[in-house]
Amino acid sequence: MPPLLFYLLALITLGFGFMVVTGRNPVSCALSLAACFVGLASLFLSLDAYFIGVIQILVYAGAVMVLFLFIIMLLDIKAEEGKKLSLAPIISGVLIAVLLVLQIITVVSRADIAKKSSANTPLALTEAAGKMGRAALPTITNDLKEGTLPDAKLIGFTLFDQYGFHLQVVGLLLLVGTIGVVVLSKRERSSAP
Amino acid sequence: MITLGHYLVVSGMLFALGLAGVIARRNILIVYMCLEMMLSAANLALVGFSRFHLVNGLPDYTAQSLVFFTITVAAAEVAVGLAIIVALFRTKQSVDVESVTKLQG
Repeated sequence: MPPLLFYLLALITLGFGFMVVTGRNPVSCALSLAACFVGLASLFLSLDAYFIGVIQILVYAGAVMVLFLFIIMLLDIKAEEGKKLSLAPIISGVLIAVLLVLQIITVVSRADIAKKSSANTPLALTEAAGKMGRAALPTITNDLKEGTLPDAKLIGFTLFDQYGFHLQVVGLLLLVGTIGVVVLSKRERSSAP
Repeated sequence: MITLGHYLVVSGMLFALGLAGVIARRNILIVYMCLEMMLSAANLALVGFSRFHLVNGLPDYTAQSLVFFTITVAAAEVAVGLAIIVALFRTKQSVDVESVTKLQG
């Protein structure tokens, strides 16, 4: 991946993320967050994680942001123009964020694993076709021999081969979430006449 | 040359931005958006580690399965959290976090 493209995508992600934190109008904050997620999804694509990138756009930039915008418009929230800013939380927030970033940069600059790049750890697709073990399905090995990465097929194989139980637990979690939302948003009927 | 370190620093900066927003902002909806941003930042670190930890010449798909589960749980969490915010708005008529002080002694 060309370095310029990476810096552009990182700038989009972090710039729109900054606008979410500093924006005064909730609607513009939500739209900036959608743009931030699109930038993040393209960073996923640059890491050869095509399935995760598409899921990021569909679920976050699509479903979650529409839900946020829907709630903002339902509640009819005005921009917080008149209120004065309290200084203490802002100073402590910025201070903690700066400390955290400095800490991460220090750790990353000393770790050997952080020096790995796509040049010194390239994907070995055609060689991997012979070493698939249980995942040696014809559709996966044929893709690998052609030199393309069958990303979604490999994630699907991992999920259903090793994490089938976890997948069912997550399905149950979504069911419980649905019931919870219905219970929470039900208006309580007043018993008084 | 773009290394894993670059991705980790971007992920850390996005996480720190979200953390600053959670601490500094008072609109509960924007606090919630910043929480979503922090979750996504953690996903970026996971996908970065997945790409650069090769198993038989392919990315480590265990990490990407974890990202898949994280995204699913985050979607369920957003639905429940926004329902709680709507219920809160019905009782308080405000989305300011400082209007909710009932548990304060």
